[in-house]
Amino acid sequence: MANTADSNVTKTVGKLLAVVVGMFAFVFVVMVPLYDVLCEQLGLNGKTGGRYEYVEAGVDSSREIKVQFVASNNEGMPWEFRPTVTMIKVNPGAATDTVFYAKNPQPENMVAQAVPSISPSRAAEYFHKTECFCFNQQPLAGGEETEMALQFIVDQDLPADIKTITLSYTLFDVTDRVDSDAVVSR
Amino acid sequence: MHSQAKRLLKLALSPVLLLLSFLSTGVWAEEAPRWQVNMSPGVTEVGAKIYDLHMTVIWICVVIGVVVFAIMFYSILAHRKSPDREPAQFHESTTVEIAWTVIPFIILVVMAFPATTTLIDIYNTDDAEMDILITGYQWKWKYEYINPEGENVKFFSNLRTGKTEIYNEDDKGEHYLLEVDEPMVIPVNTKVRFLVTANDVIHSWWVPALAVKKDAIPGFINEAWTEVNQLGVYRGQCAELCGRDHGFMPIVVNVVEREEYDNWLAEKAADAVKIKELMAQEFTLDELAARGKDVYMRSCVACHGVNGEGGVGKAIAGSAVATGDIATHLEITINGVPGTAMQAFGGQLNDVDLAAVVTYQRNAFGNNMGDKVQPIDVYQFKQGQ
Amino acid sequence: MAHGPAKGLSRWLLTTNHKDIGTLYLWFSFTMFLLGGFFAMIIRAELFQPGLQLVEPEFFNQMTTMHGLVMVFGAIMPSFVGLANWMIPMMIGAPDMALPRMNNWSFWILPPTFLMLASTLFMEGGAPNFGWTFYAPLSTTYAPSTVTYFIFGVHLMGLSSIMGSINIIATVVNMRAPGMTYMKMPMFVWTWLITAFLLVAVMPVLAGLVTMMLMDVHFGTSFFSAAGGGDPVLFQHIFWFFGHPEVYIIILPGFGVVSQIIPTFSRKPLFGYDSMVYATASIAFLSFIVWAHHMYTVGMPIAGELFFMYATMLIAVPTGVKVFNWITTMWRGSLTFETPMLFAIGFVFLFTIGGFTGVMLALAPADFQYHDSYFVVAHFHYVMVAGAVFSMTAAVYYWLPKWTGKMYNESMGKAQFWVSFVGFNLTFFPQHFVGLAGMPRRIPDYALQFTDFNMMSSIGAFIYGASQLFFLFNVIRTIIAGEPVNRDKVWEGAEGLEWTVSSPPPYHTFTTPPPVK
Repeated sequence: MANTADSNVTKTVGKLLAVVVGMFAFVFVVMVPLYDVLCEQLGLNGKTGGRYEYVEAGVDSSREIKVQFVASNNEGMPWEFRPTVTMIKVNPGAATDTVFYAKNPQPENMVAQAVPSISPSRAAEYFHKTECFCFNQQPLAGGEETEMALQFIVDQDLPADIKTITLSYTLFDVTDRVDSDAVVSR
Repeated sequence: MHSQAKRLLKLALSPVLLLLSFLSTGVWAEEAPRWQVNMSPGVTEVGAKIYDLHMTVIWICVVIGVVVFAIMFYSILAHRKSPDREPAQFHESTTVEIAWTVIPFIILVVMAFPATTTLIDIYNTDDAEMDILITGYQWKWKYEYINPEGENVKFFSNLRTGKTEIYNEDDKGEHYLLEVDEPMVIPVNTKVRFLVTANDVIHSWWVPALAVKKDAIPGFINEAWTEVNQLGVYRGQCAELCGRDHGFMPIVVNVVEREEYDNWLAEKAADAVKIKELMAQEFTLDELAARGKDVYMRSCVACHGVNGEGGVGKAIAGSAVATGDIATHLEITINGVPGTAMQAFGGQLNDVDLAAVVTYQRNAFGNNMGDKVQPIDVYQFKQGQ
Repeated sequence: MAHGPAKGLSRWLLTTNHKDIGTLYLWFSFTMFLLGGFFAMIIRAELFQPGLQLVEPEFFNQMTTMHGLVMVFGAIMPSFVGLANWMIPMMIGAPDMALPRMNNWSFWILPPTFLMLASTLFMEGGAPNFGWTFYAPLSTTYAPSTVTYFIFGVHLMGLSSIMGSINIIATVVNMRAPGMTYMKMPMFVWTWLITAFLLVAVMPVLAGLVTMMLMDVHFGTSFFSAAGGGDPVLFQHIFWFFGHPEVYIIILPGFGVVSQIIPTFSRKPLFGYDSMVYATASIAFLSFIVWAHHMYTVGMPIAGELFFMYATMLIAVPTGVKVFNWITTMWRGSLTFETPMLFAIGFVFLFTIGGFTGVMLALAPADFQYHDSYFVVAHFHYVMVAGAVFSMTAAVYYWLPKWTGKMYNESMGKAQFWVSFVGFNLTFFPQHFVGLAGMPRRIPDYALQFTDFNMMSSIGAFIYGASQLFFLFNVIRTIIAGEPVNRDKVWEGAEGLEWTVSSPPPYHTFTTPPPVK
């Protein structure tokens, strides 16, 4: 009697421990990746997807979409950073190029990472970047300036009620996170 | 003492005042009355819709509450223990359970309708006539008016209330903690889109009268919009805990006629051009010091004190930085000191103001260095030369 | 088997007796309640008038953070675990908890943990100051160095809770007396069983979250930093995936307590026992799919907002069922109003008000005006204080005569109820007003138009705080000098196995299973 009770308790505890371990793992192996997937699919936070493989699909010249560019620096980022044009009108389906200007005014070499964000977030899944400086970290030697390229396509399936898309880049200083030799060897 | 007595009297009368103010809600006064107990319908269509939704739900809750509590208090009064009555023993009824599952559900569905339509409205940012990028900083706001052709107009908006008021050394002004040096200015009856982001931690831009509250998240932009239909000055505050001075980064939105707005914007743009011109000028020590004093009183005094005696920040009077090498002084002012409360002012103040404030610091508080910094020096320093 | 408690300190340090451990939990949680209350008094004293009088903003933020952490993890949760330890074995006819040694560990983790957490107040950089919700990046990149102690502390608290809840589940599942079927269990046992499952499911999520923080702070990962491809909003999703069930972890045992007390003093069985069980289970289930209603303003897509809004509104249904059941239990009963009943009715009344504001907050568009304002502060104190603390106080008065074999002073108990009731409402009702008028939460100083209500609120808080000292006095007085009750069934209308043993109960109860009707 006592023995079966004990073994039942052990069984219950075993199952519960499995739940505990499972839930702990759930956070790392399910929630984090799932969130990233959802972000890309639903445009949560206006996050955009990675590099888009260009597919020839014709241009929808019946409507024009206003694409706005905004640039910000995160705290402690001394670079000059701005879009060279603040607004472009594009037809869905057409690949469009633009450049952002960046300058490192510091004497030291630095590395930056640009983080894109789209508003309205609904538009994020229809905004494709075929080429973007945000795909890589951007090193600049002290005093160096550069123009960073972006090529994008607005999907033809963009819902009709979206007429303006804002693409924002925030520049973060990631010099401490990367091997700073990368800058010199460049 | 007198005001204290008045306050206590008011406190004693508070139930009456409460009732009165409940009766008088619905009218938006520019300044919130002291005994305001309810949400304000604000000065936008969305605000009015939210207010209506809020009132609808309050009244539904009040009615349900009155019914439920009436039954409860009736039971408390009527079903007390008494020798001539045995307690009933009923303890279940599926019919009743189903009824009080279904009825609340229906009430909730009724509430969900206006909530859904209002939400769809709030999310519709189409056809905005202008865009303003709002960036939250520890602990101030930056407003950047996006200009499709040409340079954006941008400026910081800081708390104007002085430390002496906050620390009760001076009487508190009418707009205590809700006043800024440079308010956001927008035209009336115009759909304005706000792009909201942050520079460091999460902030939240909230102006109750506009019914806009949007989190400002570093690295990401959020959007919101407003169309104010009444001229006036509307005040709000940061709504997300963002560190030490979370309670001290107010928002002021000045809603003006279209024409006045255009003039203001043109003036702002002209100011920026003028700063550029000033860059090329040589100033005398007195000119720089006078301008620098203004800048100091706006941007530095909170941490470094009126007499440069220090506080949150280090003392400037007699400090090694302010009486030492100019380059070091500029370096600290422009880039800040990482890991401390000393911020990088390079992006917040223009070169003329930076030159002026450094000059002021080197010559005030008994530092008397006698040297000066010209705007062009600041520019060149920033260029990394 | 030992026949009585060991003597001296080792009795408490080494005890594996569920009653001793329950007592330890209860005293510990009351100590924490006073500590968290002391922090609250500092907050209210600073907010008594506009301007900064007593503390600096930096310290104020530490106070709000520590108040929240200590109250949630140190006071409310352990107090209900203590209650579970004392009552569950006695209610289901078990001789003790299933895992008595683990029971000892899960308690003794807590005091050092909170000692460590409180000691951060005296460390360089100060205590955690990022709010009890510790949103990144304020709690990671911008945190004081004591964040590491905070993370370690959260891990330990989580460990303690997980061990405690595993023990409760193992006990309820395996140790019931023959004949005690699930649907015969007292409601308190049911609500705790469901709570324990919630704890087992979400405390590991919290542990995962603080582990990510630790990695971000010390090991260069970027779960929550956009610079490295992370996202600060992810933090909030994970936090509230834990945090919303946590809210029900705090309140469900309170539901159970009230479901025991109201039938007793109505002398009538609980109305709708089955539906109470199902309602509790539905609330627990729904708590997993509503988390983002804490984040309406972060900029979710509209579909997300709508989903979370509808799901949240649904919670009102089972919650309503519970309130209706309690009131119907009273209906045509034979009511008396001893102190536990007063607190239970106070609970029903005030919790319902908190429920109404909860429905209001569920509406996403309206929440744009309520969010992070004092309206929210008022709401959650109505459900936490009037919910958890009132029900806990009711439980102490209800079972104190059973635990000690002595009766508390009824007039003092009633007086404490009325003082707490008035103090509580004076504190928190005006906070609805200032919140609606636009006062954000977590600010050390405020604009002049909020002055009068804040002053009222502070006065109320001091009254409420004083009433807790009065409570402490009454409990100690009972233990030392209370009238012996000399009967097993302390309350006329009480039902259940705990009333079949003597008052106070022997050190070991139900070493042979009792018969169950």
